Amino acid sequence: MTPIVRPVTVPSFWNDTGKSGVAAWIFSTDHKRIGLLYLYSVLAFFLVGMTLGGLLRIELMAPGRTIVGPQTYNALFTVHGVVMIFLFIIPAFPGAFGNMVMPIQIGARDVAFPRLNLLSWWLYVLGATIIIVSLFTGDGPPDTGWTFYLPFSERTGTNVSLAVFGVFIVGFSSILTGINFVTTIHQLRAEGMSWGRLPLFVWSLYATAWVQILATPILGITLVLIIAERLLGTGLFDPGRGGDPLMYQHLFWIYSHPAVYIMILPAMGAITEIIPVFSRKPIFGYKMIAFSSIAIASAGSLVWGHHMFTSGMSDRAILIFSFLTFVVAIPSAIKVFNWVSTLYKGSISLEAPMLFALSFILLFSIGGLTGLILGAAATNIHVHDTHFVVGHFHYVMFGGAGFAFFGAMHYWLPKFYGRRYAEKPALAAWVLMFIGFNITYFSMMLLGVKGMPRRYYDYLPEFAPLNLVSTVGSWILISGVILLLINLFRGLWKGEPIGNNPWGGATLEWTIPSPPPTENFDADPVVTHGPYDFRKTGMP
Amino acid sequence: MTGPHHQDHAGAKLGMWLFLATEVILFGGLFLLYAVYLARYPHEFATAGREMHLVFGTVNTVILITSSLLAAMAVTAIQRDESKTAVRCLGGTVFCGAFFLCNKYFEWSAEIGHGIYPNSSRLATGSPGESVFFSLYYLTLGLHGLHVLIGTALLAVVAVRVQQRTIHASNYALLENSALYWHLVDLIWIFIFPLYYLLL
Ligand code: HEM
Ligand SMILES: [Cu+2]
Repeated sequence: MTPIVRPVTVPSFWNDTGKSGVAAWIFSTDHKRIGLLYLYSVLAFFLVGMTLGGLLRIELMAPGRTIVGPQTYNALFTVHGVVMIFLFIIPAFPGAFGNMVMPIQIGARDVAFPRLNLLSWWLYVLGATIIIVSLFTGDGPPDTGWTFYLPFSERTGTNVSLAVFGVFIVGFSSILTGINFVTTIHQLRAEGMSWGRLPLFVWSLYATAWVQILATPILGITLVLIIAERLLGTGLFDPGRGGDPLMYQHLFWIYSHPAVYIMILPAMGAITEIIPVFSRKPIFGYKMIAFSSIAIASAGSLVWGHHMFTSGMSDRAILIFSFLTFVVAIPSAIKVFNWVSTLYKGSISLEAPMLFALSFILLFSIGGLTGLILGAAATNIHVHDTHFVVGHFHYVMFGGAGFAFFGAMHYWLPKFYGRRYAEKPALAAWVLMFIGFNITYFSMMLLGVKGMPRRYYDYLPEFAPLNLVSTVGSWILISGVILLLINLFRGLWKGEPIGNNPWGGATLEWTIPSPPPTENFDADPVVTHGPYDFRKTGMP
Repeated sequence: MTGPHHQDHAGAKLGMWLFLATEVILFGGLFLLYAVYLARYPHEFATAGREMHLVFGTVNTVILITSSLLAAMAVTAIQRDESKTAVRCLGGTVFCGAFFLCNKYFEWSAEIGHGIYPNSSRLATGSPGESVFFSLYYLTLGLHGLHVLIGTALLAVVAVRVQQRTIHASNYALLENSALYWHLVDLIWIFIFPLYYLLL
């Protein structure tokens, strides 16, 4: 069996060590191979999550029971959420593109701790396996929602403990990636790669890595506490025994709001690489973009309470969390303004990566602005726990991080395969996705404003028309995704070979062969210009 | 920068410090709960706190501080290339770790014997604040105990490797990092001891 054939015949990390069996991949410490392992794993889980999401939408196509009953529906949205959050979008950017691209962009031969890097992937696989096992053993898959709110998740008979343990392991993997990246970026920058010359993707990963390090342990202890509640009956969140469920929500969101930045910051970083390259213009406001990544990461750790406005916090706490939520919007908006200013008077070429980047700006802005509706205490009360929330976070996580991930796949994967995809089908896939996406989720937001709650398999008849529209939208969206993946991977295996620098980028990954050799650089690079200094790339 | 070796060492140390930060935050969650529930149930916490065995707590504090000293001495010894001293110090640390865990065993046995453990019928019928106190107590000290166990095992492995000379004066990052880990275990105890044994 040769599951991994080499895409191009020039010597590269696919073949230059002479090792290409399965073991040479799953035990490899090469950051590029580990990055690809992550890529394929997260994509597999994305497809699982997408299937579950499609099933959710089919159930909601018409009022009453369509394909599944309430209990199955609860399990479906729980597993959909857990898979998409913990197994797809959190590990996606750092694991796949962080690993593949970041060391090259800073001029290093690998990350600081290559073996730890491999361990991270293995822990991810172990955690994912445990989560999958939890679905088919015990008394049925968890039905708590991905938030595992107590006291329900203590009382439900479903297999919550095992699933939570799996998430714990995945969290540990995320921490190790964060530690590895901070150390790498501090220690392994090439000569001349000063902090002011770091590509902004690296800056965003740096900020993300800090969030991974500082926030994930709180998730860890929270998950341990869930398991203790269930197995030992500690009652720390059980009002009947002196505990307070609100404390669970605090702990959970202290991690899970910053987790949103683990998802979105590197996505913003990727966009920041794509936009100047396809506008043939240096990025506008380098310093502000780098700074805003750090600002988002730090201010973002103080806003978790906006998930709990209706949970019974004091009015003063609500006011403060609401205010801080508005404050985080500022650095996010700084980024948007900088991207738009970069586009201004650029010579824009609308190729696939750029289309995803541009749609990222739009969809993320919609997600961010609807986030402010949720962040304002007064309006939050009306749309809390409705489909408005579901629409909002899909705009951020899917329209934002997800679209950026697809853009990054079109931008960077040709580098690592040495071949590229066909442009026309990629455009068609983008059109389908963009249209399908907006139909699906904008309808959800409208439904939420009308009062349709989230996490119910059934609804009042007056919500039927928009739900049907949303479900049809999800079919368009899903067909776009399928077309995108088929075209992309077909092209990567069989498409036209590309040179070192197909897009005319000025960062270091475009100076080395496609695909890169195992050691990345023949000689340690010496950096003499900034990452967006296109005059120096020798391109027309 | 003085060559790749120096850089590796600096990298390993930075990585370890970051890891220790995550450990502090992990325990931070439990201390946060302690703070909130203490504010809510000051009297119940005080009553419950009087049931703690101060002797066990004090002895264990002395043991851990001694062991941390020994771990630090092991690092100094290896820097001076005195492997024998390093092994002896590490042995002392491992002994202290094991001693600590033995004490913990007797302490917990006594408490469980008195019907004090999460979800016990005694706590279920008592005041809610007390039940919260003891749940937190078992969780925090249990998690800490687990760290003691891991640290002890780690230092034992390191001692063997010093003995085998795979760790020596020009390659002792593992020893140094294990000692750092041990200091962290100690540090967390320095918070646990007053909060659970002394203040209430
Ligand atoms: C393929 C397209 C997708 C479809 C059709 C879809 C559909 C849905 C639907 C209908 C719900 C709401 C269930 C309810 O509250 O009744 C939902 C929830 C959710 N989705 Fe998606 N989704 C998709 C992709 C994604 C992606 C890419 C992410 C994240 C990166 C994501 C994350 C979530 C989360 C976290 C929830 C909340 C689960 C919970 O309530 O516990 N989804 N999805
Ligand atoms: Cu939030």
